[in-house]
This record gives sequence, C-alpha cells and structure tokens, in this order.
Amino acid sequence: MILSPAIIALEAGAVLAAGYAAYASAMAMQIIQGWDIASGSEQQLLLEKKTYLISTIFAWLMAYQIISLFLFSYTAENLHDLFVGAMCAAGSLNVNDYGYPTLVLKAFNCLLCGIWLIVNRTDNSVADYPLIKPKYKLLIGIAVLLLIEAIFQTTYFVQMKADVITSCCGMLFSETEETVAGGLAALPSYPTKVIFYLSVLITLRVGIHHYRTGRAALVYSLSAAWLLILSIAAVISFIAPHFYELPGHHCPFCILQREYHYIGYPLYLALFTGGIAGLGVGVIDRFKGSPSLHAAGPLLQKHLCLLSMIGYMLFAVISVYPMIFSDFRLEGY
Amino acid sequence: MKWLDRQRCLMDFTLSCVWRRKGKNLGFLLVYTLIIFVVCSVIFFSNALRRQADAVLHDAPEMIVQKMMAGRQELMPLAHQEDIASIRGVRSVEPRVWGYYFHPATQTNYTLIGRKDFRHGDDAVEVGQGVLRTWGAVQEDKLYFRMVDGKALDLKIAATFSAATDLVSADLIMMSQATFRRLTGMPDQFATDFSVRVRNPQECTTIAEKITGIVPGARPILREEIVRTYSALFNWRSGYMIVILSAAILAFCISAWDKATGLSAEEKAEIGILKGVGWGTSDILGMKFWEGMTVSLAAFFAGVIGAYIHVFFFSAPFFEHALKGWSILYPSFRLRPEVNLFELAVLFFLTVVPYTFITIIPIWRVSVTDPDLVMRQG
Repeated sequence: MILSPAIIALEAGAVLAAGYAAYASAMAMQIIQGWDIASGSEQQLLLEKKTYLISTIFAWLMAYQIISLFLFSYTAENLHDLFVGAMCAAGSLNVNDYGYPTLVLKAFNCLLCGIWLIVNRTDNSVADYPLIKPKYKLLIGIAVLLLIEAIFQTTYFVQMKADVITSCCGMLFSETEETVAGGLAALPSYPTKVIFYLSVLITLRVGIHHYRTGRAALVYSLSAAWLLILSIAAVISFIAPHFYELPGHHCPFCILQREYHYIGYPLYLALFTGGIAGLGVGVIDRFKGSPSLHAAGPLLQKHLCLLSMIGYMLFAVISVYPMIFSDFRLEGY
Repeated sequence: MKWLDRQRCLMDFTLSCVWRRKGKNLGFLLVYTLIIFVVCSVIFFSNALRRQADAVLHDAPEMIVQKMMAGRQELMPLAHQEDIASIRGVRSVEPRVWGYYFHPATQTNYTLIGRKDFRHGDDAVEVGQGVLRTWGAVQEDKLYFRMVDGKALDLKIAATFSAATDLVSADLIMMSQATFRRLTGMPDQFATDFSVRVRNPQECTTIAEKITGIVPGARPILREEIVRTYSALFNWRSGYMIVILSAAILAFCISAWDKATGLSAEEKAEIGILKGVGWGTSDILGMKFWEGMTVSLAAFFAGVIGAYIHVFFFSAPFFEHALKGWSILYPSFRLRPEVNLFELAVLFFLTVVPYTFITIIPIWRVSVTDPDLVMRQG
C-alpha cells in the first residue's frame, strides 16, 4: 500500500461515510417497519424525529460523495508518477482490478445520493410523507453500495504496488484497443458530434416544453439519461481530443490536469448536475399519483428541469469552446 | 431568494450566538486551528520538497550508468564510452569523475567533482556556501586536503557557488579532473560513472537494456526512476506523519463530540425558547450547521495561513528533520511557495470532514429537544 495523505484522507472519509450510511439504514429499517403517520404514539414521534437525522446525514453524504469523487480522480492523477507506464489517472486506475470499478461505483453512488436527496426533498415538502417507505428502501440500497464502494476503494489502495507496470491512457483509450474504452475512442468524430449536439438540442427542447406546460416529464428524464451516457462517450470520442488538440489522445482524465486548466472539473460537474436533476424529474413523476404531491411535485419538477437544462447547456458550451476558438480540426486527420 | 434570505438570517443569528460565547468558542477554535496547522504544515512541506526534487532533476541526464562488481559499485572503464555512444538513440555519453572527501576535523563528508573544462586551473577549487561555513580553518582563501598518499594539498578557493543553488551545491567542491585524480588516486582510464543523454526519453528502457548487454555489470539508473523514488519517499514520509498525528485528530474529534453533546443549561434553554417561539427542527439544524461551518472555516483559514508562513517563510522548523532527513552539512534553502487546490482538499478531508461527521448526531439530539422539557428544567 502506498501511504500518502490523500489516500489516508479518502480512506478515513470512506470509513466514516460507510459507517454513517449503515447507521442511517438501520434507522431506515425501523422506520419502514414501524411508520404509521396516523398514530400519535411516542414511537411514531421518535421515528419522525429520526427522519431529520437521516436527512442531515444524507445531505452531508452527498456533499462528501461529490468531493470524494473528484478527490479520488485527482489522487489517482497525482500518484501516476509512481507507476512505470502511467501518464495520468487512467494509468494509476489500471494498476489493479479495483481502480476503475471504484471510480464507476463512486460516480454511480453520487448519482443515487443526488436522486435520494431529490426524493427526500419532495417527500418533506408535504405534510403526510407519502414517499417515506420507497425513500428508505432506496436508502438501504445506497448504503449497501456505499459499503461496497468503501471495500473496493480500500482493496484498490491496499493492492497498489509501486513496482507494477501499467498502461498509459494512450494505450487504454486507443482506437485500436478492443475494449469499451477503445470502442468509444474509435467512434467516428463527425457523426458522434452530430448525434451529441442533436441530442442536446432535443433534450433542451423537451425541457422547455416541460418547463412551460408541465407535461412530458418522463420524456425529458429519459432524454436527460440518454444524454448523460452519450456525453461520457462524447468526452472520450471528440471533446477531450479538442482540448488536447491531439487527434489520437482520447483520455477522459487528462482534462483534469493543470495543463488543460482543470477544465475537466467544471465539465464533469455540469454533466452531473444535468444528469442528477434530469433523472430527478422522472423519479418524481413516478410518484405523481400521490394526492398530497399534486401541487408540490410539478413545482419541484420545474425547478429540477431548469437546473438540469442549465447543467447540460454549460456542458455543451464548455465542450464547444475549443472547437470555435482553436485552429485544431479533428476531422482533418 | 427566499431560501438565501433565510440562510442569511440564520447565519446572522448564529454568528451573534458564537460571539456571545466567545470565551468557550475561542478555546475550541484554538485547538482546531492547531490541528489544521500541524497537518497542513506536513502536507505543504512534503509537497514542496517533492516539487523541489522534481525541479532539480528536470535538467538531469536521462540516464546514469554505473558499473557493479560483486554487488558493489566500482570504477567505470573509459573504454566503454564508445560502446555506449554507438547505440542508436544515444545522443551523448559523458564520463563523470566524482566522489566524496571525508574531512576529519569537522567529521563531515563533502562531494568532490572533477571537471574536464574547469576554468580556474589545477590549483584552485570552486566551493558551495556550506563548505565555507563548515570547513573550519579556511586560511587565506585556501583549503587544506590530505591526498590519498598522505601528503598535503593546498587548493585556492577561486569562486563560490551562489546561495540560490544551495540545495545541490552546499557540500560541493569542484576542481579540475587532474586535481581530482591526484587527490583521490583515481586512475586515468577510469571514471566514476557515465551520464547518458537519450534522444527520445521513451526509449530509455530499451537503451538501458542494450547497455547491460554491452557493458558487463552495468547498472543503468533512469531519471524517471529517481523521480519516482523521491515521489514515493515524500508520500510515505508525510503519510506516516499523518498516521502519527491521527491520534491527535481522533482526540480532537472526541472533544468535538463532547462539546456538541454537553451543552450548558443556558444553551439548552436557548434552544428550548427558540423552539417555543416557533423555530422548527430544521431551523435549529440549520443554525448548528452554520455554527459548525463558521468555526471550521475560521480554523481552516487560520491553520492554512499559519502553516504557509511556517513552511514557506521559516522552512518548517517543527518537522524539518522528520521529513527532510538530517546531516551535519544540510543546505539551508527556502522552499518555493506554491499551494494547490488538491492539497487544500486533502487537508479539508483530513480535518473538517471528520469534525462535521462526528458532530451530526449530537447536533440532531440537540435540535429535537422538546421545548417544554428544557424550559421546565431551566
């Protein structure tokens, strides 16, 4: 194991987060079993008080997850000079079998925590807590995932050995590699650009429609989810090469480096904002049958839809910037 | 905007509360700041040393080739220079003549370098500031050496290296190759090692392999390996310092837990009254959140500024030896001030995050207190 301050910080944070998530899920089980909104018993009052604690814990966990996702990528980035062959985070994550799964889990948990907070906000906005049981079932699922994430992250750091020869991002995200990453890198840039920007336009159009009329929430949510996946493919296929001004360099991590003015951070933050808020619109739509959510639900959906559109617009603007203000043309190669 | 206004009012109220109990809060803030200061100093110092090592090695040759025999380093025959230079991809091969000189009077080892193009002649040397400081009796600008055969050798100090290069030149004595060979007895057909410049740094490993095939017992040392070793070393040292300090962080977290749990009767009554006048549980949570944030951020900034001054203005006298290593003749150098967001994020994770998580449950306990219960007790 390599003992650096960043690794200690991430490990301490992961242990705390997993511990608190387990504690919250133990209380969630009590709530699922004993919740009765009609009752005025002492037990029910205690459970109602506990909902505040769980909300507070998860609000902090969400903040923690977002910072830890970026800190994890940056730590992998920072450690790359310890491994022969690694030139950025892509190489450090490839040092053993747990690097990439940890990153994917972290990103996925970040999305889930965000969605949970949205459900929680919706639930708390009305007096009768209509979503209490599905909300806490989801919470238990997230807690399990957070625990797995902590185990994966610990295994990744524990098995990290400095004498391992790894691959650089040029290899992992090479067009000739027969892997998912290689496949994404090999996507033809021009058609991918057309599909991506068309998807952005369609998503925004559906978003505006939903914002104005309150209809097509599910369509917006689905298109936001599609755009989230497509955006990751687009980063590898053409957005990153435009920032590097190198047609063969598809790494999604090097844009987090100082040489590229840390542009990856706002880019991914905008993407996550767009994705989480967009998915939230659809999740609330699932519970629109509840009578008490009749007024509060659509209002929250509108706000989330706006936030999601802002996120995706920002993402699109950042991605288009190097295409307009640089002489580099990806299609020229 | 409504939400923002609400938060602003909560913050305003919290700040006045914190200020009202300034004695108690100040003591806690001081301990919090001290913890952040210590951890931050370790992070700043080790990263600054790592950057310094990177900067020094930036212009170093891509490869050094030493010769080994029976597991010990021995002199490199100059005959191999041509062999290595003939490998495709090698730009140049320079034999280096260098070694150490132990000065019995000061019990110090100095580094000697013999240069082919030494501009001050065979009777002079160029020395680092550390040599002047420690040599002891420097008379009439002359250094007195004892040669390998026991005879004395006086060499004039022709020039000194500037203090700016102290990190690499503090213990350095530079002379002509002829003088070096006379002093140490190194034969003419040998050098200490070769410095090899390579056209494409990516090919270093292949060239190193070829060298081991051509020169028996050759040990190529790549610049990348040295950078990697330094990086691992400073990571490891600062990591251990933090593991040792984690006991202090833990103790601090326990005291934070204790502070958040053990509210005074006055504070409890205050929360009871606030709930009595219509504040909800989430408002009390919000207030306590801002209280925690105020204390954390104040401690964070004070600790970081303190550590910055400690490390970059005073070269971290508290941890210098633990992180840097020690020697009789250690160069005095000032680290280049540079702080990045990553270091601050790590520090935030090591100090503020545990504090925040630890205080969640006690804060919740306070916020759900029944107003009538508290007021009746008061």
